[in-house]
Amino acid sequence: MTARARRRRPAGSTALTGVMLLMLVYTLLPLLWLVMSSTKDSASLFDSFGLWFGHGFHLFQNVHDVVTYDGGIYLRWFGNTVLYSVLGAGGAAVISTAGGYALAKYEFRGRRLIFAVVLGAVTIPGTALAVPTYLLFSKVGLVDSPWAVLIPSLASPFGLYLMRVYALGAVPDSMLEAARIDGSGELRTFFTISLRLLAPGFVTVLLFSLVATWNNYFLPLIVLSDPQWFPLTVGLNQWNSLATGASSVGTTNFYPLVITGSLLAIVPLVLAFLFLQRFWQSGLAAGSVKE
Amino acid sequence: MSKPPPTARPSRYGYVFLAPFLLVFLAAIVAPLLYALHQSFFQDRLIGGTVFVGLDNYRRAFTDHLFQAGLLRVALFLAVQVPVMLGLALLAALAVDSGRLIRAGLFRIGIFIPYAVPAVVASLMWGYLYGRQFGLVHQVGDALGLAMPDLLGKSWMLASIGNIATWEYVGYNMLILYAALRAIPEELYEAASVDGAGEFRKAWSIKIPALRQALLLATVFSIIGSFQLFNEPNILQALAPNVITTSYTPNMYAYNLAFNGQQFNYSAAVAVVLGAVTAVVAYTVQLRTARKEQVL
Repeated sequence: MTARARRRRPAGSTALTGVMLLMLVYTLLPLLWLVMSSTKDSASLFDSFGLWFGHGFHLFQNVHDVVTYDGGIYLRWFGNTVLYSVLGAGGAAVISTAGGYALAKYEFRGRRLIFAVVLGAVTIPGTALAVPTYLLFSKVGLVDSPWAVLIPSLASPFGLYLMRVYALGAVPDSMLEAARIDGSGELRTFFTISLRLLAPGFVTVLLFSLVATWNNYFLPLIVLSDPQWFPLTVGLNQWNSLATGASSVGTTNFYPLVITGSLLAIVPLVLAFLFLQRFWQSGLAAGSVKE
Repeated sequence: MSKPPPTARPSRYGYVFLAPFLLVFLAAIVAPLLYALHQSFFQDRLIGGTVFVGLDNYRRAFTDHLFQAGLLRVALFLAVQVPVMLGLALLAALAVDSGRLIRAGLFRIGIFIPYAVPAVVASLMWGYLYGRQFGLVHQVGDALGLAMPDLLGKSWMLASIGNIATWEYVGYNMLILYAALRAIPEELYEAASVDGAGEFRKAWSIKIPALRQALLLATVFSIIGSFQLFNEPNILQALAPNVITTSYTPNMYAYNLAFNGQQFNYSAAVAVVLGAVTAVVAYTVQLRTARKEQVL
């Protein structure tokens, strides 16, 4: 049935829409609270209703406080997060794409075994590896450097799995054969032709790796101790500890900092998802087909 | 030299394309895993330094009440939170796919958005919402004249964490299921319509069976996530230090053993056991489902 044919019978749609509206309220209300709270000073936070404005509009003052506090450490954390995400997620997407393409399109010894091992690794949780990773990295002197965050971000077994499935469907063997007959080298074929066909899968893996690295908390918490290298997640929680840790007078001023800092931290990813919607959704749909 | 057969030359490139992945896979997953195994067989002693102790650390882990309590806690969490979350995700995916939802695209992206929010921010936000000081929950309760429970107290904490996890991942799971629904060939619906099947019948007889693979995948990932619970309780600890102890979840226990207790070897053993338990449960679920499908 086509979409239009399905739409011909609107019976029940109001009730369904009502139920789904409740779910939408559930997912969006906390974010509305966050937006409203970021416009308040700490006095308003305590004595105004959470889903409406307080006295005065303090958003710009709050943003100013966030980016200037402690010599602009927030901007440094933001930059670190961008660095870890771009290099980590970008690298992971490139590496997974090339690897998935290899597993889908080339016959070579050990192919099945490698795929089986990687599939098994999908069930190994990254968090269980965090403490051992710290121990190993401290042994080889990688701890407290960006490498300790970057290297684990590059390995994405799920990305490899998704790209293999995607490459199987998106890159026809006949096209590779034709390129070979025309004298195109394998690398050139990959970069000029195959990569274009793999783009939706690539964007999907990129976005999901981006979320994973942007939101990464446990690993950086463990492998980093110098605040100069913190990502936003670890930095924000440090601020939160300052806000909630003691009940002394000055600390309540940290709440606007934590709240506004949190809001600023989620904006880039939300924008990325909104703008790249068409790409990643088609990639995800293709990735879920059969297999 | 004669030209190699046509398949030999490209096959070499399989290794070329796969090499970067294998390299980071070894460095980031295989090596830490082996190192943890190795470490778990040793102990740091005041006298004698680091000594090989065989399975002592494991013996200790299996009789450790703190570790057991943590495992039980995440098992309880898993038994309640995962069905609730996946049930909501299934409902949302079927609704968005049904064609009967006005502005379905808006719902799809709106419900998905929390996935883009870091667990740290989600936990901070919900922690504030739950809190007594300026929490929305208590504001609403006061306005309605209702006494709200202490959501950060002992009896509510696990449910409060479950709500955060549900909020974060319901949209992600909805999307995985929705993508699988999109992959169902239209002919199946047409055939069902010809046979006189209504929407509910179609959902029950076509859509849900077709979703089995995706549901299994989502279940396995949710199981892994539950056993590895760390971020949310770790963040909420600042708000409720007396409720969330250092061994509240097994992962927090492994972390605190290593970084607050300097017991690196025992921590490695705990991490290995936790990883093994996670893998076994995830694998069993997969296996049982596979068997069921063969029987059918």
